[in-house]
Amino acid sequence: MRRVYLDHSATTPVCPEVAEEMYKYITGNYGNPTSVHYYGRQVRNAVEEAREKVAASIGANAKEIVFTSGGTESDNMAVHGIVYTNKNKGNHIITSAVEHHAVLNMVQALEKEGFDITVLPVDQYGMVNPEDVRNAITGNTILVSIMHANNEIGTIQPVEEISKITREHGIPFHIDAVQSFGKIPVNVDDLGADLLTISGHKVYAPKGIGALYVRKGTRWKQTLFHGGAQERLRRAGTENVPGIIAMGKACELAVADLQEESDHLRKLRDAVIEKVLNKIEHVRLTGHPAERIPGHASFCFEFIEGESMLLSLDMKGIAASSGSACTSGSLEPSHVLLATGIPHEVAHGSIRTSFGKDNTLDDVEYFVETMQSIVERLRSMSPIDQDFDSTCASCKEGKSCHA
Amino acid sequence: MYTEKVMDHFENPRNVGELSNADGIGQVGNPTCGDIMKIFIKVDGDGGERISDIKFKTFGCGAAIATSSMVTELVKGKTIDEALSISNKTVAEALDGLPPQKMHCSNLAADALHTAIKDYKDKKYAE
Repeated sequence: MRRVYLDHSATTPVCPEVAEEMYKYITGNYGNPTSVHYYGRQVRNAVEEAREKVAASIGANAKEIVFTSGGTESDNMAVHGIVYTNKNKGNHIITSAVEHHAVLNMVQALEKEGFDITVLPVDQYGMVNPEDVRNAITGNTILVSIMHANNEIGTIQPVEEISKITREHGIPFHIDAVQSFGKIPVNVDDLGADLLTISGHKVYAPKGIGALYVRKGTRWKQTLFHGGAQERLRRAGTENVPGIIAMGKACELAVADLQEESDHLRKLRDAVIEKVLNKIEHVRLTGHPAERIPGHASFCFEFIEGESMLLSLDMKGIAASSGSACTSGSLEPSHVLLATGIPHEVAHGSIRTSFGKDNTLDDVEYFVETMQSIVERLRSMSPIDQDFDSTCASCKEGKSCHA
Repeated sequence: MYTEKVMDHFENPRNVGELSNADGIGQVGNPTCGDIMKIFIKVDGDGGERISDIKFKTFGCGAAIATSSMVTELVKGKTIDEALSISNKTVAEALDGLPPQKMHCSNLAADALHTAIKDYKDKKYAE
């Protein structure tokens, strides 16, 4: 069966150059970088070279890079570390309604500990208004954390404008750049980031490795891990050496291939959006039509449900994702889609395609063709259409539903 | 995550559609929750009340579609009393089980059937 992978926002395959580089540090160079002997020194040097590469890829200094286990850990460490290091100055955190759970659930946990949280709304495209950030700032604000690009709807946030505001007020600004890095330029100075999160497996490195950038001079301490003195006291635990080597190589390639990669992805994205909107009725593009990451196209297909579409696509060899309740593991559809004002019943019909370097225009054709027949089949089975009167009266599950 | 039977009923659902001359119609769920099941039954009164025909339309996930299909297969040709003895649990078991998180939100097909039978009885009683 033909297989087409359109879920690169979930994860990417490890590219051969990265795997090859990493392999040496799985099989041969097994030393612990903390060790004083030859084996340790050999690996220590490689780890520091990788750190240079990661730093260079985002316009940072190597000393400002901490290796972590991935995006969630970087987000958690950034937010928790800033908040705990600065809690003598204030207790207010500003974030947005469309953040990844790694940020949102972290700040919710901090709220339970007594911190004040402002979750900024977004517009219909999922975009934060920088003026809302300005208006939310109080004398007690100690952190602003806003993502660069959204995983579910692809919208790119105006982080450059937000950072001007945080700078004026001297408030640390954390940017989750997991989805943007490798697709659009991510430079910590241009964006105005004080802390910035990236993840390896979104850019053709393996899972389990990420990095946190912390600008020199930022009042931040690592507050979650208690252990050894690795990463200059900023991340206890023996380094994931193969992962770090892979991350270094992947970042080097991401920057070298950025222009070519983003041109390619933009072409595929524009083609899939154009074809889906033209060939299928009752479909909405979710996220911003223009200010979105290359390679990311997300939709809501009305009157049908996301998981049914995913299963149907999978039967035809196509891998995509959805923000429907059935795929989120809860009874609620994606918080991101709801934050953009999409009604529950429409959000259940969401499908995200995210393209990678190996995809082609032929894959776009195959997806659109397949999707047309899936939508037709599922709609023929669906009791709802544009005339359907949706009322909660007949629903037995009302108690679990917050609509 | 789904059993082969669930996937079979999702891929080749039995008795999809509507009955224009239905004797009873039952609908449960709503689009906000992500699942709606609508069941149409035709009841043959001769020699005891039997469900002579049944169709469904469902908006929902794979489990919602598979349970709808399965319930129609289970009750077609059965008496009303037999049909009333079928529960959501019976349907899930007939599919060799459902993932735990699907047991409540997407396993409403028997409820839709019971609602359709009630609709049939209400209409009949009203006559």
